[in-house]
Amino acid sequence: MRIDAERRDNVLYLRLNGEMDEYTAGIARRDVDRLAETYATVSERAVFDLSGLSFMDSTGIGFLIGRYKKFKRYGVPVYVTNPSVGTDRILEMSGVYTLIPKA
Amino acid sequence: MENFMRLEISAVGENESFARSAVAAFALPLAPSLAELSDIKTAVSEAVTNCIVHAYDRGKNEGKIRIVCATEKDDTGGVLHIEITDFGRGIDDVEKAISPFFTTLPDDERSGMGFTIMQTFMDGFAIESEPTKGTVVRMTKRIGGECSKSFVHAETRERVNA
Repeated sequence: MRIDAERRDNVLYLRLNGEMDEYTAGIARRDVDRLAETYATVSERAVFDLSGLSFMDSTGIGFLIGRYKKFKRYGVPVYVTNPSVGTDRILEMSGVYTLIPKA
Repeated sequence: MENFMRLEISAVGENESFARSAVAAFALPLAPSLAELSDIKTAVSEAVTNCIVHAYDRGKNEGKIRIVCATEKDDTGGVLHIEITDFGRGIDDVEKAISPFFTTLPDDERSGMGFTIMQTFMDGFAIESEPTKGTVVRMTKRIGGECSKSFVHAETRERVNA
């Protein structure tokens, strides 16, 4: 898993690349939390771009909700964009979109 | 025509990706759609992750996972059967374990949606577990069936309209 981060117009874009499962999520969690600590205070919102995610299982639900809580401490709302059809189904059925809407 | 595969792997995190890719590759001769392949990979990933995290205490207890697959081909595609077995801790209350959002490890950012995803993404799902002995998850996936079903429905609709 690789995270590409970019800040544009006070929006923090976090692009997830690779496959997210229980084994790989740890690295993504650590990297995103570090970015949150650095950039959350100067960002109006954070957007997870899932276009580079070639696989995601239910680990992604816990991952996204965990990051939502992290950003919430800074008062920064979180969005997701470009989920694949499979990922979209998982996020929809688990109710993730009620906390983290599609951008 | 029937095809068969049996795989035994160590219950370690590195094998989550290998296991789902191996089952998906085995299903390829049935010519699954990308969506069907994604469903299979996700369901296998959930089952194998459960073995590693829950049955063998996050890989701390050395354990084995057995994956047995069979396919039956027919005119419209076929059926994939998957059986994933561990020989670990077992589940005390299966009904509770498979209910949506139930997890024994909430502090671990676990969603408790693994079994719900297996049930939703596959056409058949069954589980057998015996505490201290292990757990067997059986799943089936119809390949190509949904397409032909919706095709039949469209035909029926046309006939009704005519």
